[in-house]
Amino acid sequence: MDSSTGIPVDVLPAGEEAVLVEVADLDDVLALDAALRSVAAEGTGPWSAATDLVPGARTLLVIAGPRADLAALSRSVREVAAAADRSRDPGRTGAAVVEIPVRYDGPDLGDVAALTGLTVADVVAAHTQMPWRVAFGGFAPGFAYLVGGDPRLRVPRRDTPRVSVPGGSVALAGDFSAVYPRPSPGGWQLIGTSDAVLWDVERQPPALLTPGTAVRFVDVGSDS
Amino acid sequence: MSPALEVVSSGALVLVEDEGRPGHAAVGVGRSGAADRGAYRLGARIAGHGEGRAALEVLLGGLAVRALGRATVVVTGAPAPASLDGRPVAHATLLDVPPGSILALGMPATGLRSYLTVRGGIDVDPVLGSRSTDTLSAVGPAPLRSGDVLPVGTPGGGFPTVDHVALPAPGNEASSLLEVLPGPRAAWVGGWGGGLGGLVGAVWTVTGDSDRVGLRLGGARVQRAVPWADVELPSEGLVRGAVQVPPGGEPVVFLADHPVTGGYPVVAVLTASAADRAAQLRPGDAVRLIPVT
Repeated sequence: MDSSTGIPVDVLPAGEEAVLVEVADLDDVLALDAALRSVAAEGTGPWSAATDLVPGARTLLVIAGPRADLAALSRSVREVAAAADRSRDPGRTGAAVVEIPVRYDGPDLGDVAALTGLTVADVVAAHTQMPWRVAFGGFAPGFAYLVGGDPRLRVPRRDTPRVSVPGGSVALAGDFSAVYPRPSPGGWQLIGTSDAVLWDVERQPPALLTPGTAVRFVDVGSDS
Repeated sequence: MSPALEVVSSGALVLVEDEGRPGHAAVGVGRSGAADRGAYRLGARIAGHGEGRAALEVLLGGLAVRALGRATVVVTGAPAPASLDGRPVAHATLLDVPPGSILALGMPATGLRSYLTVRGGIDVDPVLGSRSTDTLSAVGPAPLRSGDVLPVGTPGGGFPTVDHVALPAPGNEASSLLEVLPGPRAAWVGGWGGGLGGLVGAVWTVTGDSDRVGLRLGGARVQRAVPWADVELPSEGLVRGAVQVPPGGEPVVFLADHPVTGGYPVVAVLTASAADRAAQLRPGDAVRLIPVT
């Protein structure tokens, strides 16, 4: 088999109204998500009842509604996966990059510098220079797990989570960066603040960052 | 002119709920909607106003509403004793509420959530296509408070064709039976054929920290299979009815306001009908999970 095409999948049971599709890694999740999203948008055959595609770190949940033919849906998922281009990077081939302005004034900026062995200026440069992309959502409305940034920024969560992280906080944890859409508890390392509106139910779509979106952080200085 | 309902007493927790808001799970907002969809849909059917209109989900009674204009209503779900201006009225029965009259719901003897459906539906502003309150993501209308005035929609072309349905009360048995199907991570607890690590067969107790997000079950523990004992699961999508087993072994059964993703293995999933019945269980209720295929 040509290694550049076809995504190996394992379709797992998830009750009467959904199936969970497991793949090898996040790149395959994003490629399969893009492929399935266009099939789901057409809404033909077993996709007519489908309501949601929920990407995870290694899986895609297909929620298909109460009258779905899950066997037909599973067959369709396997066909789409077999025909999908595994080498395609939806973070690079998608639409425009979303730029997020950041004041790098977070309370954990010094800790992140210490943990990574970088200077504060290097942390800011590393966070802004490499593009990120949205892997998946979850946790809260509009919260997006961003991947693909500078690997030197890999830091552990804080030992003690904060009871309340301010909305707009720009944060790092593990392989991920994120912006908190609103105040919530959280254990990530806070490196900055953004005025970007990540979630607005009056906006279409309400989430600024949807799976596959490319993201670049822009340093706007700490006084602006 | 369409009637309205004035909230005289709001009880412990009364929420506006409908079929929910599918389509936003990838950006962190789950479907939500009525916790007992069957009871909600029965109310809509008796009210004769079609699908998708919002009703009131009443936790353990305590709601009293005054009709501003003439309202047609029905109570379904947990059989809360209902009264109209102090006179008892029947459950799952179409009721005429004259202008100024007060409909009150008492504490149901069994079950947890009653649905007060008014013909025409509760017509508050929808958010992302739904009037449901999602308690986890804080999307949708606020819980009702005394003094709120709820607009009622204009019914569509349909008319009520059923005026009463006789139902067994939920939760009368010594222990409730909930049917489960295999979950994606059944192997983590020894597999479907192996009784799911003790999940099937045990008598579980619904604990006090249960809500619209999920039921937490106690009284026994599910054992992880040896090869999966210390494996961490990357976050993956969740469905209503998912039975998740955290490291401590006490399962969580997810209900209408479940998180869109979770980081512990889902070893079984309730049938849709069982998920409705799960939403009627009270803290302290005994429950067993029965595999079906």
